[in-house]
Amino acid sequence: MAKVSLTVNGKNVEKDVEDRTLLVQFLREDVNLTGAHIGCDTSQCGACVVHVDGKAVKSCTMLAAQASGCEVTTIEGLSGGGDLHPVQAAFREHHGLQCGFCTPGMIMAATDIIKRHGTKLDEATVRAELEGNICRCTGYHNIVKAILDAASKMDGAAKVAAE
Amino acid sequence: MNKHMQTSSIERSTVGKGIAHDSAKKHVAGQAIYIDDMAELPGTLHAALVVSTIAHGIIKSIDAADALAMQGVHLFLTAKDIPGHNDIAPIMSGEPLFADKKIEHLGQPIGVIAADNIELAVKAAHAVKVEYEVLEPVLDVETAHERKEYVLPPQELIQGDVDAALKDAAHVFEGRLEIGGQDHFYLETQIAYTVPGEDDDMLVYSSTQHPTEVQHHVAHVLGNLANSVDVKVRRMGGGFGGKESQATIIASAAALVSHKTRKPVKLRLKRALDMTATGKRHDMVSKWRVGVDANGKILGMYVEYLARAGYSADLTGPVITRAITHTDNAYFVPNARIVGHACKTNTVSNTAFRGFGGPQGVITSEAIIDQIARELNLAPNDVRAINYYAPDNGEVTPYGQQVEQNQLVPVTEALLASADWDRRRTEIDRHNATNPVIRKGLAMMPVKFGISFNLPSLNQAGALVHVYQDGSVHLNHGGTEMGQGLFMKVAQVVAEVFQIDVDRVKITETQTGKVPNTSATAASTGSDLNGMAAFNAASAIKSRMLGVAAKHFQTDETDVTFKDNQVHAKGQSIPFSELAKLSWAHRVSLSEAGYYATPKIHWDAKTLKGRPFFYFTYGAAVAEVAIDTMTGESRCLRADILQDCGESLNPAIDLGQIEGAFVQGMGWLTCEELWWDKAGRLRTIGPSTYKIPGSRDVPPEFNVSLLNNASNIEETIFRSKAVGEPPLMLAISVYLALKDAIGSNKDRNFDLKTPATPENILSSLSGSANR
Repeated sequence: MAKVSLTVNGKNVEKDVEDRTLLVQFLREDVNLTGAHIGCDTSQCGACVVHVDGKAVKSCTMLAAQASGCEVTTIEGLSGGGDLHPVQAAFREHHGLQCGFCTPGMIMAATDIIKRHGTKLDEATVRAELEGNICRCTGYHNIVKAILDAASKMDGAAKVAAE
Repeated sequence: MNKHMQTSSIERSTVGKGIAHDSAKKHVAGQAIYIDDMAELPGTLHAALVVSTIAHGIIKSIDAADALAMQGVHLFLTAKDIPGHNDIAPIMSGEPLFADKKIEHLGQPIGVIAADNIELAVKAAHAVKVEYEVLEPVLDVETAHERKEYVLPPQELIQGDVDAALKDAAHVFEGRLEIGGQDHFYLETQIAYTVPGEDDDMLVYSSTQHPTEVQHHVAHVLGNLANSVDVKVRRMGGGFGGKESQATIIASAAALVSHKTRKPVKLRLKRALDMTATGKRHDMVSKWRVGVDANGKILGMYVEYLARAGYSADLTGPVITRAITHTDNAYFVPNARIVGHACKTNTVSNTAFRGFGGPQGVITSEAIIDQIARELNLAPNDVRAINYYAPDNGEVTPYGQQVEQNQLVPVTEALLASADWDRRRTEIDRHNATNPVIRKGLAMMPVKFGISFNLPSLNQAGALVHVYQDGSVHLNHGGTEMGQGLFMKVAQVVAEVFQIDVDRVKITETQTGKVPNTSATAASTGSDLNGMAAFNAASAIKSRMLGVAAKHFQTDETDVTFKDNQVHAKGQSIPFSELAKLSWAHRVSLSEAGYYATPKIHWDAKTLKGRPFFYFTYGAAVAEVAIDTMTGESRCLRADILQDCGESLNPAIDLGQIEGAFVQGMGWLTCEELWWDKAGRLRTIGPSTYKIPGSRDVPPEFNVSLLNNASNIEETIFRSKAVGEPPLMLAISVYLALKDAIGSNKDRNFDLKTPATPENILSSLSGSANR
């Protein structure tokens, strides 16, 4: 057993878990945050993406023990208690989802992409960086639209905030 | 009383609006609950399937001692532990839940094991030792066909006299096409959660497109009556046909463990097992002889399909029927003989997949057109145009249905113009003349798709609508939500009837205890059937409320109107909620079970003749591709689509369906390859080896439109048309564009297998795939 102590969506969590427990299992079963989904079991589909210390991570590629001492943000905590994060709002507005199973991972990956590229984000970059997230329903068109729209709105908001 | 209410005569307030998916806010917030997200009840066990590791043989012994010795492993059940019937065949019989003696495919369930958690259950499943007597497997359709090994008798459609037509034809061409299968790759793998109740009751949460079938099979397996099983489905993480019959395996196995242990049981398949143990789209080989006149007009054709049924029938019969009834696609074939063989192989039993045989029929049709054009050196679109069903002149399909509201010419002409076909054709030809390495291709194709289940009895639906005294509405119907937006579309229908805001309509999980005897949410019919059943239920309640309102306003019912959450008459208004309360006070029922059965359809399954489809949808696509002739790699550079959705119930949802279906179809035809080894083991069982389209694999320029002014001439729900499956076949334009690129330096027709992987494109380029 491993003692795991970390912050999840701003709250301290301490648990004893089996050494081999994956972060995604820990979040879903021990913390009861089921927004991160298990789609492929093999770290390819991206349905389980969360942020660990601010970076997008497939939570099935990481042991819970490895995340000890880290700050983890899941889809449930993305809006920080507000209504919807701008990326969440954009996915809804642009119909960037159908069955919704991949959506939490898509949004967590997208938020990280926007954060890293800021104003320089273009469609080709979104498509290239989204390759680790699989969607079987939408054909990605509306997902890409949502991400680009969110990026431009967040940039605008950042500018307003800076003024 | 309802039949007088023309669905198109109501003023539109909610229907036709691009409202977001019913769960959009929950999905983006991670709050939508799939079965695996449900809080587990105390004592929940986790189950795992034990499956065969050989493709064909006899079970000699099963030893679960080591597995059961593991701490936390509770029990192991096999065929002999089934109290009812060991049969989960959706149509025929003799398709066991658990193999008893005979093993007929690798991955066939032999038993189920239950443990404290899923990881332990899976580990224990692997520890069960099964000894086999190994038999030689049959792994391809040609061998099965030679040996006459079928799961069903052949189906044959005969129209006119093909032999005479071919004899008189100026040209006769023969061809053969290998059409690949496809894994559904729904992101949420198969799952069920079963909770035993009082008496022998069983509550089943199943990720299924067909709750009624799950209900019946669980009851059948447990040896109980259907009324002891209640199946609930709030949402699926994708279905695509893969959760039509296959979900019964998972639900029945879980229910069996619940039945024995009296404990809640969850059974979720891991991805690799899901891909191994559950059925897929039928791969087929189609072969044809077509006779044409000097201009390329089709005089007659003989087409034969060899479909990989797998080890059992499952839904193969109706899949073949739909392939046969879509072999004409958009083209008038005066003389035809079309035969389909359900070849028995020692592979997993294939099943429904979006299009349901239609894609295999349509690609065969388009390959024939393409061959005619290449052999006669004609432009493929000219060959198409002279073969289109003539506009509304009574031409009938080979199965005897008149082609009505024919939109082929308006759709294809509008699309060719908006896609700038002429200019791009010239540019691409110029490009190819000077670029030997990167070749480009351009192709257009139409799709005519028949809407209704081929079997008339399946075309019925029920809905349950309640209005509460505060004016809020409870909506339930037999359709299931798998991401396609059905729940919102039906809620829009109900909101439209009452003229209330759609958020006053509570969408509730599909449940066999509320609406019984439902058909699968399949064949693109979800909103046609359930929308109309809900419309009928809501309209019946509304007509009773009208009587109450007329009394209240002391006027005739015809003076009363519902609008903007209010009820109006004689210049006065009361809120809809107040009328609801008044209705209750007057002892008027505010609840109704609605029902709908599709009119006009009939079908003779022996001769394959009749009017199987209530109506047709029409669509067309233009695709542009580039191939690297050195590596065989390809890209779709641009796609343009025009699709007939009638008067769309929700254009945003319909556009999403079209985009998603097209990309899924592209996957089927270009990158998704199912590969079995010589022992019959599927080797493509995860996203690392089975490649579905990713964000970079879709056309960067993607123009999708709905046909305007296309009100359905048939009285469908608000004159809309179905959308789920038809656009998948539009991806055949990508296949034809690849042929166009490869054919840019070939004089005659040539073969291109699907999926058109780099390997298969290279084979075509080098000529090794030629006849």
